[in-house]
Amino acid sequence: MVDQAANSPLLKVDDLRTTFTIPAGDVKAVRGVSFSLDRGRTLGIVGESGSGKTVLARSVMRLNLGTNVTTTGTAVFEGTDVLTRSPAEMRQLWGTEMAMVFQDPMTSLNPLVRVQRQVTEHLCRHLNLNRSEARQAAVDLLREVRIPDPETRLRSFPHELSGGMRQRVCIAVALACAPSLLFADEPTTALDVTVQHQILNLLSREQADREMAMVLVTHDLGVVAGRTDDTMVMYAGTVVEHAPTASLFADMRHPYSEALMRSIPRTSLPSHTRLAAITGRPPDLIDPPTGCDFSPRCPYVQDQCVNEEPPLVETDDPTHRLACWTPVGSPEARVAFEKNLAAGLQQAVAVDLSAAPSSTGGVDG
Amino acid sequence: MGSFIATRLVRLVATLLAVSFLTFLLVNLLPGDAINALIPIEAQQDQEYVAQVRAEWGLDDPMLVRYGKWLGDAVRGDLGDSIVTSRAVSSEIAHRIPVTGELMIVTVIFSVLLAVPLGVMSAYREGSRLDQFISGGAQFALSVPGFVAGLLFIYVFAMKLGWFPATGWTRISNSISGNLMTVTLPALSLSVIEVAVYTRVVRSDLVTTLKEDYILSARSKGLKDGFILFRHALRPSSLTLITVVGLNIGLLLGGTVVVEFLFALPGLGKRLLDAIFQRDFMMVQGITVFVAMVYVVVNTLVDLVYLVVDPRIRKAD
Repeated sequence: MVDQAANSPLLKVDDLRTTFTIPAGDVKAVRGVSFSLDRGRTLGIVGESGSGKTVLARSVMRLNLGTNVTTTGTAVFEGTDVLTRSPAEMRQLWGTEMAMVFQDPMTSLNPLVRVQRQVTEHLCRHLNLNRSEARQAAVDLLREVRIPDPETRLRSFPHELSGGMRQRVCIAVALACAPSLLFADEPTTALDVTVQHQILNLLSREQADREMAMVLVTHDLGVVAGRTDDTMVMYAGTVVEHAPTASLFADMRHPYSEALMRSIPRTSLPSHTRLAAITGRPPDLIDPPTGCDFSPRCPYVQDQCVNEEPPLVETDDPTHRLACWTPVGSPEARVAFEKNLAAGLQQAVAVDLSAAPSSTGGVDG
Repeated sequence: MGSFIATRLVRLVATLLAVSFLTFLLVNLLPGDAINALIPIEAQQDQEYVAQVRAEWGLDDPMLVRYGKWLGDAVRGDLGDSIVTSRAVSSEIAHRIPVTGELMIVTVIFSVLLAVPLGVMSAYREGSRLDQFISGGAQFALSVPGFVAGLLFIYVFAMKLGWFPATGWTRISNSISGNLMTVTLPALSLSVIEVAVYTRVVRSDLVTTLKEDYILSARSKGLKDGFILFRHALRPSSLTLITVVGLNIGLLLGGTVVVEFLFALPGLGKRLLDAIFQRDFMMVQGITVFVAMVYVVVNTLVDLVYLVVDPRIRKAD
């Protein structure tokens, strides 16, 4: 039994569904997500705004506030289902076992509270430190996240720090009680490009040093590339592709993953090249479409996609899971694309145009 | 910091000039002649005597000249003499202000002590039965004028239960407990509307604050709800409360007039009311300008309190 517990994953999420009830109806933000994460491993969750990645992270942490939220399924963390825990039990987990770094360091620190208290108040509560111990712990933490002159910075208010410094403080807050699982929810989205890299490197280094599991939520495939062990692509509240990061980038199978990849601006292209945006809009989560959620925007769409929802299944590589009837590069996809192009389907034409300059574009008969 | 205070000082002087002039104008427009207060009707048969008194008080001078004379004395601290009692207006104010001042301070303390917990509970359980009850109660209390609450409190707590005296005032220098007994009911009467206003202000600010990211991040650190409410959320939610408390000082001064009358307290409001009835224009003028000064000074202090509460304002100035 003991061995089994040690071998079982740190976090195992099964058929997680989160719904927000609003006057217009039930918004199904997360619709049946399953994954597991081992100790010390990293998982990237990628998707555009509204794909449910932040709600998923907050659901697992039980941080969705409000009385209009319902979460079903299971999220087993260190052997017990967090979804069935009481608020008091959750408070014991928060900070000490699971912690979160939020998207916007401008708003996630209390503007009226000095850095020292924000970094150490939960330390004091969870570990019963006295004032001087807490102060020393704060200095050590700030030094660890590479904040220069930590003794002075402890007395600062958040508005006296730059965005990058504030995010470093937020990371120090999250790391303070040495959690075994860290959620980083778009930790670099609100930062300058030059600072983004430093913050990601800091997170990676801390994750490796502490052998801490990390879930990195982002809309940017470029952020997870080379940083996470596994990557999960989410669309409209469901997982559409889940694979080890290296094999995902080597062999991208889902049309949505491909479209995300294509929409990253490239400096190698001549200037004024049109940005390959994904045509159309994400689906309505109150009344999701039948069949594949991506079918209205997919260049490889065929009749089956519209009628039948593709299940998330293993491909020929058992670690690579995919939910698609017409995976990128398959003969079915090629046939469907030619047909859609001939029919003048908007998303197919757009892909054809953006592929034109390089004259290959992965779909040649 | 220096320029901040300088700006406020200029504003203070300008406000006092405007208020004193408007009051002078208003008193001047009141029907009735001050001579009626100065000389008994019977004595007014003697035209020569009347003319002499009018000249003595400067009643025949143009209004601007009289205002100029009054202002010249006022800046030297001399607000003139009451035309009824002949006592100096400034010494009357000094005699009366402890009563009104204490009444107002105790009212603000009562109101804040009651309103903050109510507003916090209401915001913490936003949308719940408790919230609806508190918000509904505040709505109702807003429509209860101070004198109605005062009459009710006198009936219940003074006449039926006999816990507090119905009227009268014990100076704090005579007996502290006696003083507290006499200030409680009038202050509670004035507090009713104040509590309602402050509760709503605290609730609405706190509801907004509780949706901030830093509250979520405080939760994700495993802090207790009570700690988050009082140590993280309350201070950012108190700026509107401080503003409203400052602004309500004016309303409260108006309220004291009625409540002092009701509880027969020897305060400034009662004195002002008497002066108006007696056409004691020097007294009306003096008290009004004094009250305006208190109001502007209090609100300048409120501006300084912002600097203490929010470090971001400190920086910007």
